[in-house]
Formats: sequence, structure tokens, C-alpha cells
Amino acid sequence: MNRVRAQGWLFAGSLAVAFLLQLMPLPQLLLPVKPYWVALVLIYWAIELPEKIGLGFAFLFGLAGDVLTGELLGEQALRLVVLAFIVLRFRARLRFFPMWQQALAVLALLLNDRVVMLMVRGFSGETIPSASYWLAPLVGMLMWPFVFLLLDDLRTRLRGSEPR
Amino acid sequence: MDSRLRGNDDYSSWRLFPPRMAIARSDTATLFAEGTVSTLRLIVYLACAVVLMVLDHRGSYLELLRHTGSALVEPVYRLAAFPADVARATRTAVATQDQLASENRDLREALLLAQARLNRLDTVVAQNARLKGLLDAQKNLGLSVQFARLIDVDLDPFRHRIVLDVGSNQEVAVGQPVIDAHGVMGQIVEVLPNTAVAMLITDPTHAIPVVVERSGVRTIAYGSRAIDELNLPNVPISADVKVGDKLLTSGLGGRFPAGFPVGEIIQVKPDQTGMFAAAVARPAAALDRSGEVLLLHDQPQPYGPPPALDEMGPPADLAGPMPALPATAAAAAEPSR
Repeated sequence: MNRVRAQGWLFAGSLAVAFLLQLMPLPQLLLPVKPYWVALVLIYWAIELPEKIGLGFAFLFGLAGDVLTGELLGEQALRLVVLAFIVLRFRARLRFFPMWQQALAVLALLLNDRVVMLMVRGFSGETIPSASYWLAPLVGMLMWPFVFLLLDDLRTRLRGSEPR
Repeated sequence: MDSRLRGNDDYSSWRLFPPRMAIARSDTATLFAEGTVSTLRLIVYLACAVVLMVLDHRGSYLELLRHTGSALVEPVYRLAAFPADVARATRTAVATQDQLASENRDLREALLLAQARLNRLDTVVAQNARLKGLLDAQKNLGLSVQFARLIDVDLDPFRHRIVLDVGSNQEVAVGQPVIDAHGVMGQIVEVLPNTAVAMLITDPTHAIPVVVERSGVRTIAYGSRAIDELNLPNVPISADVKVGDKLLTSGLGGRFPAGFPVGEIIQVKPDQTGMFAAAVARPAAALDRSGEVLLLHDQPQPYGPPPALDEMGPPADLAGPMPALPATAAAAAEPSR
């Protein structure tokens, strides 16, 4: 089953690339507006392959993120579980939305994620971040169509190029 | 797997499960299905995450975990920094002859200037050593440093952390001050085998004891939310602090050695209560630009009063034979039986 393997590579690869993008350095000016790539990719797979992305997967994935970039073990796990839950709950509607509506939904998801993050950090005694904290979800919304189309296209290609 | 947990994914060709499940599933799933994921599982996972966070907040198991998994974590950091390294290398490679020539000229001039200063400094150092010898000063300002390079990864834009390419294998320890050519950058907060994470002085949770170079006023500089600002929220309103004053580390607290530039005051105004002046300073170190940094090694800090001088009075050879002292010294040196 070469095709299954190719799709599996795409799945794992996209998640790995999301982590690398998350760690990727940017000019100081652009740093606050860096979208939460990990969440974008997770949303895509939760919409397209819900049998792969359960809450447990989101949890483990978040733990991996915490080990890589985090300060508090479980913070990203909590955020991604919340995110995955909402996406899976409304998946049937989300996937048939037109692109702009989907992007708006992603904006809402990412804003919600920021609120969750703020709560977690507030409880662990960190300071309130500056106003630019709220810019990243907007950029995430703008990036969503590209992420979606790119991953969708790659998936279609992997499916199409396969000799039957 | 429970078929309810899976949506109606009809045209997705990749599945690990036999297709009959998918057919059965698409019959039951509705467009506005509410029960695709159970709330119970959400609650369980959220509780797990919260428990983890609380445990970690108390015991910082994350560092332990990251340390254990460093064989995996460190390559990922290097990999993420790779594009930036390539970009920098490319920029160096394609720099024109002109640029290089002018840069070379600038550097040579700077070197000449530095050399001239050094020559003058040599005399000062010699003089200083002589004076210190006279004073029998305990404090040694010699520096023991270690060179480190930044790994260009961004852990979180709202936390001011940098990753360095040295770790416990290079004998880096938590708490070591990090400086660059212009001033103090921060301190090491986490050490992996070949990587270390440093907190910058601008991190909101960081504080550094400073002294105003001109007037000697001591205060504490806290990190702000911006990479180019330090806050000094509790300067007494009567204290002699002006815009343009240089801040140095005061050496109090024992973490940072005294005398390193920290920043320059760019603004002083009374705070809301009117009891204190709130000053804002710009860090001296190039926090967002430095590619190479220096790690200071721990030096003995001059705590407490200096030890008593051991040699008093006229030189020993002038004092003549000492009858009882050698005997008692020998007795003291012998362990008691």
C-alpha cells in the first residue's frame, strides 16, 4: 500500500514542518505576528481525517510541542485539546463552509486559543502580554486558505499520481 | 474504534480501517451531528492537562523531560535554525567586493583605535595592579569567559529567551551571566547536553540589580514586554537619576558581577502614586542582533568583610627568633589524638 504510506508521510511531514515553522526565527518585527502553525495544520487534519486526530492525539501532539518550545508541561496540550474538540464538534459544518467562512471560523478558533493561553499563563503567574499578542490569530486567518489549499493539493496529487 | 467518533469521511482515500465501517458511519452521521466527540473525553483530557501543568509548576518536570529527550530536541532546534544559517551564509557569500572592502577598512580603523586604547589601558592596568597590591584588594576583576553562538530559533515571541549552542557538556551551568560586546544580555535558565536556554534581561519575569554610574543610586531593572526596554519602577523620587544616565550591574545579589553596562536611561517620570520615579532604560546589549555571546564563569564574590591580613608589623626576619610560636603552630597542625 504505497499510497497509504505516501499519505502517512504527508500527514507526519506536515506536522513536523509545522513544528519547524513554529521554531523558525523571524525578524524581530514579525515575531509577534507569527501564526500558530501547529494549530493550523492540526485544524486541517481534524477536518479532513478525524479518524486520525482524536483528542488523545491532540493531547500527545501538544505535549510534544511543550517539550520543544514550552515553559509549562501541558499548556499546549490543553490548548490543542480544546481546539481539536471544537473542530471535531463542528467538523460536519466546517468542511462545507466556503473558504472565507472557514477562515473566519479559524480566526475564532485561534482567538479562543489565545484566551485559553492567557488564562493558563495568568494562573501560572506570568504577566499580561502586550497588545500585539492578539495579532497572531489574524495572521493565522490570512494564512489558513494557503495552508488548506496547499495540503489539499498535495493530498490530491499523492492520490492522483498513484498507478492503479 | 467507536464509529461515532469518526465523521463522515467518504472521499478521503487514506484510511487504515476497512471501508465497511465508513459506509455504516456515513449513514448515521448528520450534517449537524453534535455527538461526534464526547464531552466526557474532553473533560478527562483537560483534567490531565491541568494536573500536568500543576505538577510541572511545582516540580518543573518539563526540564527533566527535555533533558532526557535532548537527543531529539537538540537536532530539531538545529534543524529549525538551519534556514536562517543558510540565509546568513548566502548573504556573506554574495556580498560584493565593494562592501567587503569598505567593511574591511572600517574594521581596520576600529582595530587601530582599539589598539591605541589598549596601549593606553595597559599602563592603567599596570597602575591599577600596583595600587591594588598596595591596598591588598581581594576583588579580582579578571574575566573567565566562554564563547557561545546563538541558535536562531524562536521559542515564544512573548517570552524573551535565546538558545545557545553550548550545554552541560561544555560545562555551562544554570545561572551563568550572558554578555555581549556592549553589555549584559541575560542569564542561563536551562541547560541541555549541547544546548542552553538563556533568559534575556528584558523578559518580564527578570530583574537585575543595577547602579547608576554617575550618581551611584542603586535600584533594580525589571524586564518589560518590549525587547528594547527595561523598567525601573521604584527609583526614589528624590534620587539623582537623569535621562542619559548609564546603568551598570551593581553586583548585589551575587548573580551578576559588578560593573557591566546594562543600559541607558531614556525616560524618567513620576509614577501614579507620586512616591517613586518610574524610569525606562534601553538595554546596552544588542539583544535582538547579537549572533555571538560570552558566558561568564562564576567568580568568587566578595561577600562579607575581607579576611584579616596575615602579615602585620615589621618583616619576620627583623623580628628575631620566635620562641613559642612554631611549637604551637606544629601542635595545631597535628590532628589531636
